[in-house]
Amino acid sequence: MTSKRSELLLVIAGLVLLLVLPHILYPVFVMKALIAGLFACAFNLMLGYGGLLSFGHAAFFGTAAYAMAHSTKLWGWPFEAGLLLGVAAAAAVGVVMGVLAIRRQGIYFAMITLALSQMLYFLYLQTPFTHGEDGIQSVPRGKALGFIDLSNGLNMYYTLLVVVLAGFWLIWRTVHSPFGQVLKAIRDNEPRATSLGYNVDRYKLLAFILSAALAGLAGALNATVFQLASLNDVTWQHSGEVILMTLLGGVGTILGPVIGGALVVTLQNYLAASGLPVDVVIGLFFIACVLLFRRGLVGEVIAWNERRKGS
Amino acid sequence: MSYQALMAQLAIGVSNGAFYAMLSLGLAVIFGMLNVVNFAHGAVFMLGAFVALFLKLQLGLGYYASLILVPIIVGAFGVLADLALLKRLRGLDPLYGLLLTFGMTLVLEGIFRYFYGSAGVPYSAPEGLVGAVDLGFMIMPLYRFWVIVASAVVCFGTWYAIERTRLGAYLRAATENATLTQSFGINVPVLLTLTYGLGVALAGFAGVLAAPIYSVNPLMGSNLIIVVFAVVVIGGMGSILGAIVSGFALGILEGFTKVFYPEASNIVVFVVMAIVLLVKPAGLFGRAT
Repeated sequence: MTSKRSELLLVIAGLVLLLVLPHILYPVFVMKALIAGLFACAFNLMLGYGGLLSFGHAAFFGTAAYAMAHSTKLWGWPFEAGLLLGVAAAAAVGVVMGVLAIRRQGIYFAMITLALSQMLYFLYLQTPFTHGEDGIQSVPRGKALGFIDLSNGLNMYYTLLVVVLAGFWLIWRTVHSPFGQVLKAIRDNEPRATSLGYNVDRYKLLAFILSAALAGLAGALNATVFQLASLNDVTWQHSGEVILMTLLGGVGTILGPVIGGALVVTLQNYLAASGLPVDVVIGLFFIACVLLFRRGLVGEVIAWNERRKGS
Repeated sequence: MSYQALMAQLAIGVSNGAFYAMLSLGLAVIFGMLNVVNFAHGAVFMLGAFVALFLKLQLGLGYYASLILVPIIVGAFGVLADLALLKRLRGLDPLYGLLLTFGMTLVLEGIFRYFYGSAGVPYSAPEGLVGAVDLGFMIMPLYRFWVIVASAVVCFGTWYAIERTRLGAYLRAATENATLTQSFGINVPVLLTLTYGLGVALAGFAGVLAAPIYSVNPLMGSNLIIVVFAVVVIGGMGSILGAIVSGFALGILEGFTKVFYPEASNIVVFVVMAIVLLVKPAGLFGRAT
């Protein structure tokens, strides 16, 4: 009971913080962190709850970004329609990649998703609608629901907050649903889940598509906020970044990826200003995470809390 | 399409395949023993090319000296990396090995990018390997021909060492059952570290071979390594011979695609991977896992 109450308090405190934050920090920065958090959470659905490391999540993020940018800029679609198209496009890519990748497990799954997303990168490099190295620039932000002018920074922030929170809520619901329980069972012991009569591949594929769609949501929002969809969104480095965010925050926790996302974005911001090589520092963080705290920040806190309760 | 142009693309294809074969061979050897997918393989390939460049600029050492020295230097780097980092992950989920080596890749590439940008530095082939050679059925750039011969020798040598020598037998035994092998008095931990060093040295050797063809640049490895991952998925990681054969075969296929449908030459290996996954998920030479 008390833990339920403290959880509720935590959620309320978090919401209040998110409402106030754009008045304290630069709104675009907070939006960037929120998008990263959503992206990492979507990725974590696959790694933390499905036990499958995808090395190709940038493909979904980038595909949705292109769909959003193209539909709003060239077809004049409204914000919501672009968002839906982006999510649908990412899910469609997720279906194709998922069908192929879930045929193998573990390390092969990672290599296959990496290879397929690289293939998509080459396709986007060559197809004319992405405008190659330039990307789709000056994407209009448009109006949410037809009357909220998103070119205003705070309007954009609160609209984005609503969409991102809806995404978090969906992830939370998924993890705590019977579907999420089956997923965890598959992660912990796949043969047993099979022997209990679950169609393991179907569950994995569904989780993969959901994860892809939510990563797409993050990508589409990113295109609107930064008014740009570019090849950078689709690179393998970007897929690696989301892994680091999740690892840093805590694999298999709800809050971890959000915190990890915010940390990595902050780090990148700080490094970009300092002139230090960003990749090197990110790489060192990777190494440190893998060697020293594999549970991530939130995972360590949970483990510490349980040890304290136990003693 | 003229016969000569077709053959020229084929020659490029075979020599690209030679790089795929050498790199996927190293990946297969490392994965077989350490259960680690070495993401840093591409970065080490790049490191090999840069070390060759340094040896030339700083010490005035030529190409042939580099061909011998670079694998030793890069291999020693691999041994140190294994002792300092990878060794701590033995027995854990192989995903951590992938992530650690991914971090190593970012660090290595980041350092070279910091100092050299993304532009390449040219490295010329030795005088003896400039020009063309008449093979009877075609005329081929001599250096490409040399790459194919050298990599075929190295691949065969590695295969022979692992499948036909006593040390190779120890390696295979340790892959099969490390505990039992250790109980026979064989020092398996040292064997593992040396295997990583050897696999990495192979990538360093490939890097020197590649230096005169591609300009030496910080990103030369990372784009290659993802294609090599696809090659490894196609061939199945369990098999040394499979890695070599599929490496060469896919290089040739890529060469042909450049002739008949150039737009697809970047992605043909990935398309083949998708088809293989649909038809034979374990890979062409792989055992089901």
